[in-house]
Amino acid sequence: MLTKRIIACLDMDGGRVVKGVRFKNLRDAGDPAECAAAHARNGADEIVLLDITATSGNRNTLLGAVRNTARSLFVPFTVGGGIRQLEDAAAVFDAGADKIAINSAAVRDPSLISKIAARFGSQAVVVAIDARKTDTRFEVFVAGGRVPTGQDAIQCARQAAVCGAGEILLTSMDRDGTQSGFDCTLVRAVAEAVSIPVIASGGAGSAHDFIEVFSDGRADAALAASIFHFGIENIAQLKRELHEASIPVRWPC
Amino acid sequence: MIAIVDYGAGNLSSVKKAFDHLGAQAVVTDQPEILATADKIVLPGVGHFSSLSALEKNGMREALLQATSGGKPFLGICLGMQWLFEGSEECTEISGSGIFPGKCRQFPASVKSPHVGWNSLTIQTSSRLLRDIAQDSFVYYTHSFHAPVLAATSASTEYGLLFSAAVEQENIFGVQFHPEKSGDVGLSILKNFCEVVC
Repeated sequence: MLTKRIIACLDMDGGRVVKGVRFKNLRDAGDPAECAAAHARNGADEIVLLDITATSGNRNTLLGAVRNTARSLFVPFTVGGGIRQLEDAAAVFDAGADKIAINSAAVRDPSLISKIAARFGSQAVVVAIDARKTDTRFEVFVAGGRVPTGQDAIQCARQAAVCGAGEILLTSMDRDGTQSGFDCTLVRAVAEAVSIPVIASGGAGSAHDFIEVFSDGRADAALAASIFHFGIENIAQLKRELHEASIPVRWPC
Repeated sequence: MIAIVDYGAGNLSSVKKAFDHLGAQAVVTDQPEILATADKIVLPGVGHFSSLSALEKNGMREALLQATSGGKPFLGICLGMQWLFEGSEECTEISGSGIFPGKCRQFPASVKSPHVGWNSLTIQTSSRLLRDIAQDSFVYYTHSFHAPVLAATSASTEYGLLFSAAVEQENIFGVQFHPEKSGDVGLSILKNFCEVVC
């Protein structure tokens, strides 16, 4: 049976893993390669490395971190942050990533999704959507949550799938870093709108939150950062609790 | 020496890295003549079945067929395993090697496609490639098309239907999942391939 994936996310700033609350107040959480290896040993099904303050100036920092992290990592490895064109994606794949995550650039120019998918396959393209609830809908934000786009998250996910995205990484900005639970309404709306897998992100705080997002939210995978870095929730322990709650997970692993 | 065939379909560094980690000597090559000197051959691959058309361009297809019919141990991964069959619905203009009968088909509409994530293996026969791999071990998949279950199927996986997770016949091995991305289980399978004698 296909299992629900638990994905450990490393938000990287200047070559270090950091974690903030609602995309702000960053705290240091360690070296990317060491964090990734530790999470994989602990049972993470996948690792995502996001360069959250990516600019062209620190491109080499990102590629160096990707190379170091990929060297001894034998689970799927996704890299995002600052990928604006096909060449950026190619460099990240060359450094050892299995998938790239694109956000701002994909929202601005959905044809970038098709271009990367045509060359590296849809399985290698994760479209990251950062969404915030408004009175009537979920609005997409770009540039690390700083810039509103006026676009609807569900429409944006549908368009990404049509363009050839392999997966949607859906972050609730309202819940990010709060450990108050995933936004199951948002996740379910998107998961039911597209036929590609949806990774829920933002708000993970307890095993109960994961159970909820996999059942009520219909998520295929769930991503978390802060609760894993500071040891609040151990991934192996989390997977055992999910297993006991009859959520199919890779356990023991 | 293990030759990892590079035909321009995505990133092969993860397969090479896994063999490096195991201490096996592996080279990534797009030169058909290297296959003749290699002890074993790996045909990796991700993406679209049409990318296999690149094998036709420089004599790589003939070199592969010659090596496989000559008894050289061969491991096809993902698209590389699908190449062992007659073809795929994904791209009907390109034919596989036809070493195994049947075509790769799409998953039924009852399940999401692509099939992405960790799924379990039902190991069906005494397999050399899957030696000492526990029943129901989890491996990582990412694919939209699947190969049928047949006599050479050494392990199957369920996703909307039962499909061939691994095939094995004499010197020919294929896995639909990605052993290079399947943690310790995957590394053990690649180690078995390094040790296999045909």
